[in-house]
Amino acid sequence: MASLVSCPHCGSRPKEEFTIKGAALPRPSADAPQSTWFDYVFLRENPRGRYDEYWHHTSGCRRWLVVTRNTMNHDVEACRDASEKPTVTA
Amino acid sequence: MAMRYSALSIFLNGLYRNTGWTTAWRFPEPKPHYDIIIVGGGGHGLATAHYLAKEHGITNVAVLEKGYIGSGNVGRNTTIIRSNYLLPGNNPFYELSMKLWEGLEQDLNYNTMVSQRGVLNLYHTDAQRDAFTRRGNAMRLHGVDAELLDREQVKAMLPFMDFDNARFPIHGGLLQRRGGTVRHDAVAWGYARAADARGVDVIQHCEVTGIRRENRQVTGVETSKGFIGCNKLALTAAGNSSRVAAMADLKLPIESHVLQAFVSEGLKPFIDGVVTFGAGHFYVSQSDKGGLVFGGDIDGYNSYAQRGNLATLEHVAEAGVAMIPALSRVRVLRSWGGVMDMSMDGTPIIDRTPIDNLYLNAGWCYGGFKATPASGFCFAHLLARNQPHRTATHMRLDRFERGYTIDEKGVGAQANLH
Repeated sequence: MASLVSCPHCGSRPKEEFTIKGAALPRPSADAPQSTWFDYVFLRENPRGRYDEYWHHTSGCRRWLVVTRNTMNHDVEACRDASEKPTVTA
Repeated sequence: MAMRYSALSIFLNGLYRNTGWTTAWRFPEPKPHYDIIIVGGGGHGLATAHYLAKEHGITNVAVLEKGYIGSGNVGRNTTIIRSNYLLPGNNPFYELSMKLWEGLEQDLNYNTMVSQRGVLNLYHTDAQRDAFTRRGNAMRLHGVDAELLDREQVKAMLPFMDFDNARFPIHGGLLQRRGGTVRHDAVAWGYARAADARGVDVIQHCEVTGIRRENRQVTGVETSKGFIGCNKLALTAAGNSSRVAAMADLKLPIESHVLQAFVSEGLKPFIDGVVTFGAGHFYVSQSDKGGLVFGGDIDGYNSYAQRGNLATLEHVAEAGVAMIPALSRVRVLRSWGGVMDMSMDGTPIIDRTPIDNLYLNAGWCYGGFKATPASGFCFAHLLARNQPHRTATHMRLDRFERGYTIDEKGVGAQANLH
């Protein structure tokens, strides 16, 4: 994995400052059908390649970020604040 | 037909300057059609082929492997076998595996170096002792051996551990004496040879690139060696299960993560069995060659890269030194990473799928090696009879949707799903 990650708020920071949560999936609305929630909680595309993940800048600005990373070679392509993406769909 | 290995065969071949040995298995080209195609020539796929042939008499079978035999996770684990599980959905399955390990070398006519040197889980608190007592009792109720050791008993076995660590004092451990280690690549070779001897085609360097379907039935697979037809298709591609299943438009409750393992320089005999630290992510055993084989938890992010990050090595080394201070002066020789099929509850899947003649064996997390014989045995049973083996009835694909997750340790791809 890239040793340095470009946080949109803090700039280039060592990757050890971050905590990786996992797949950045759009959260279903509370009244979405159970099948939608099952899909959201348990099923994964699990791609070999580009992957959007929630990362927490635990030892920095403490903002939630969306990092676009390649699961085949660990390259970090992009990093943006999670609030820039709509979090409620369906 | 492969020759039978024995002390006599070694002696007789020695008389002929060892020119009489033949390859352990054939290198066949794929036939146009098979009764059953198994995707993935790792331990589980080869074991499935062996038990299909041996237990069910189904020999018109091909095992397709994209690399060579032993190149995937079956050669990338830390070789530990054990059946110290708590839950009814797990325990009989892993005990079946242990019993198959105990007779494996005779069954395969192959030296897989099964060594029942014991697996010891250390406990560090009263609460942990209670949990281990419960697990040990559950094991004994299932007919599995388990012994709860106190501090003095553990001290007699492993006196060099840091029993009075200020933060994580060692109060005792749960010991399964029948647990131990097995030479992992010999398991792949042994199963490949045994399956091949019964007529199974083990086809290496044959990557599956597509799954052809007609009327909701699989008709065969597209491969780097062309199209191969089949009546039933079995997936045993743990690590890459999601990618293979996606070829049949299935989305699995699995994430692929990287797990690292490490080997130290060779040392004199030091650690008899397998020891796990109960207060952190660390376990260790010593290979017959003298190297300490150790590892910890998954790195914690999705990866297909077969390599991990240094932060995890640091974490593992810290836990190791907290348990055995003498490790601080041991040099690490090698590290490697394997791709884990992390299922969402930490338990595997051996089941049919929504597609009638497509069968799935996946989600082994970091526990697939010990399960190899039972996984193959139960998957072969499912393939041959369309019914799950009695020890694998809980390992269903739809258990997440139905709310019947098997939550052995409260782990999986992410801890927040429990």
